[in-house]
Amino acid sequence: MVQVMKEMDTYLSNFELLERELAGNRQPWIHRIRKAAISRFSELGFPTTRDEEWKFTSVAPLARIPFKPVGAHEGDGVDSLTFNQLKHFTLGELDCIRLVFVNGRFSGELSSHRPMSSGTKVSSLAAALDSHRDLLELNLTRNAGYQNHAFVTLNTAFLEDGAFVYLPAGKVVEQPIHLLYVSTSQKEPTVSNPRNLIVVGDNSQVAIVESYVGLEEGVYFTNAVTQIVAGRNAVIDHYKLQQESMEAFHIATLAVHQDRSSNFTSHSISLGGALVRNDVNARLDGEGAECTLNGLYMAAGQQLIDNHTRIDHAKPHCASHELYKGILDGNARGVFNGKIYVHPDAQKTDAKQTNKTLLLSPNATINTKPQLEIFADDVKCTHGATVGQLDEDAIFYLQSRGIGRKDARRLLTYAFANDIVSRIKILPIRAYLEETLLAGRSLSEVQEAL
Amino acid sequence: MAHSFQVWIVDMDKETGKTEKKSLEAVFHNDGKAAENKAQELEKGTMLEIKALYARIGEKEILRGIDLQVNPGEVHAIMGPNGSGKSTLAQVLAGREVYEVTAGEVLYEGKDLLEMDPEERAREGVFLAFQYPVEIPGVGNTYFLKAAVNALRKHRGLEELGAREFLVLVKEKMKLLEIDQKLLDRSVNEGFSGGEKKRNEILQMAMLDPKLAILDETDSGLDIDALKIVANGVNALRSKDRAMIVVTHYQRLLNYIVPDYVHVLFNGRIVMSGGKELARELEEKGYAGIEEQPANALTVNS
Repeated sequence: MVQVMKEMDTYLSNFELLERELAGNRQPWIHRIRKAAISRFSELGFPTTRDEEWKFTSVAPLARIPFKPVGAHEGDGVDSLTFNQLKHFTLGELDCIRLVFVNGRFSGELSSHRPMSSGTKVSSLAAALDSHRDLLELNLTRNAGYQNHAFVTLNTAFLEDGAFVYLPAGKVVEQPIHLLYVSTSQKEPTVSNPRNLIVVGDNSQVAIVESYVGLEEGVYFTNAVTQIVAGRNAVIDHYKLQQESMEAFHIATLAVHQDRSSNFTSHSISLGGALVRNDVNARLDGEGAECTLNGLYMAAGQQLIDNHTRIDHAKPHCASHELYKGILDGNARGVFNGKIYVHPDAQKTDAKQTNKTLLLSPNATINTKPQLEIFADDVKCTHGATVGQLDEDAIFYLQSRGIGRKDARRLLTYAFANDIVSRIKILPIRAYLEETLLAGRSLSEVQEAL
Repeated sequence: MAHSFQVWIVDMDKETGKTEKKSLEAVFHNDGKAAENKAQELEKGTMLEIKALYARIGEKEILRGIDLQVNPGEVHAIMGPNGSGKSTLAQVLAGREVYEVTAGEVLYEGKDLLEMDPEERAREGVFLAFQYPVEIPGVGNTYFLKAAVNALRKHRGLEELGAREFLVLVKEKMKLLEIDQKLLDRSVNEGFSGGEKKRNEILQMAMLDPKLAILDETDSGLDIDALKIVANGVNALRSKDRAMIVVTHYQRLLNYIVPDYVHVLFNGRIVMSGGKELARELEEKGYAGIEEQPANALTVNS
């Protein structure tokens, strides 16, 4: 208990510092939200493995480290960071609107702007606190699970910067919007709390790409929250590429609220991080809404990657499709928990969930759990989970054609992942991932243990 | 011949139950080609020499003393009933690890084949057309073929083929083998019909240009039209430098791929060898008429 208090103290005293720093600079309404959040966090504390939602993921290693927020004008080398250093993470220099954040803070210099059609807004969240107060105030406290998810409350308490995207009704943003979160190595372990709010009006369409990258190895903590609000008939493609440092902690929640006949697709790719937890929560809150969640997690060494998804079918005639695939090597651990909650009203729900995991080493483990809670009687819900190894028949087949055993394993591993990668609609992102998976850091690390 | 023991052909009269034995030598020497081939083989040198090969899977012994010699340009058919060890022999030659070789040796171009990894064998020119080609979702057929071709080219000290050169080559081979080019755009064997899978095997063979091709039940699951196409493809690849071992249960395939030699495998041993007419004889009489000689009889006769 004493230990727990000490762990929380770090954040409580950090909060006081932040409050002092921001005193008078910000509107009282955001101050109220922050205050309420820190107070809620102090009640909740960090989750333990006794908590059903955190049964297989202990955050004790994270809680033990006294992470410090990066001050507005601190940070080694941040000012001298150039676009060239980020080039590798620009997804093949993807033609896009790019907002770059360094250690959680928006960098205007590194970002690229484009003129927007009237009413459409793409900016840092800090800049939108004044201009779009109503939208922010309405959304920052709803749908993100802020009352019961310790890390979301923590993010809200330290809410300062992130991305703000707003499309009025009937707008299409042609280029993807790339939110690039870069962490640099600091003397002491640091924490950032990115907060993204994406509001897409009726009949509007946009693609959002979130990247989280570590520029160099180092211990840091990214605690991100993204909220997406999809209006009627809105079409939203969401990509998340998590390539944090191998020593980093990454905890993130994506909360989506979908109105009638909206279409939301998420592709969540997790490659980096020592301890990673992704929550994806989608609420289908209008008839005919459709939601697709695709995920790929690749871990080796001592990595732990936990994916929790929850789809709420709140209205009738909604469809959800979910496919998560994992590749685990070394002593890596994976967790998949897929909850589908069909509310009493939600007749004619069509929900399909699949989780497939490939274990490349005898010491890798996966805990996979489908969780269907159905309170309507005329629905179609299916789920399936498979855990397996590389197919020896296929390895031999490739070898018998002159392809070396190591390359054969590599090719088959890639093929398993490619099932997800090939669903990515933005070609430069797909190409970037294909390259990363075939030759890049993550797969070469997977290969080392073969 | 390299056979170290005497084998017999046993004809049984179904009504009287009487049996008549003919020695293999008698059958073999009746084939006028034998002496001629012998001379050729001396000239070219042996490609494959299997000596007293024993192999098992788990505790079960499947190959129990196989002797076989194959020379460049020859086509050998290996026939036999289900469970006789035909596919095991093919898999052992390709290097499948689940089969444990417990005795004997296999020399390929004078080198110890059993010491080589499966990929090494392939690179040295051994090719197995699978009875059940493996489906590999997520790996494009083009990518796979190109990776295989380039692995072999690299081994042979040739420059790797670029995308364009490769496509020209593969399309030429596909035309020759009457294979639909759409197969290139799909994942390896995924969702292919039985005939498409077998044709894809022959395409791989054509692309990899092996010295020794082993066709494992290439006829199984094919209708007569598909069989003809596959057989035509194989025949197009026959050459004086390339040897083939055609494993089949039925004589049917051998109407189209005419072998120089036919061997009958029974209970893990070659119990009978002969010319192409042996296949027809087997078709008429079936495998029921074949019987292995007891070990003591072998001793007496050898």
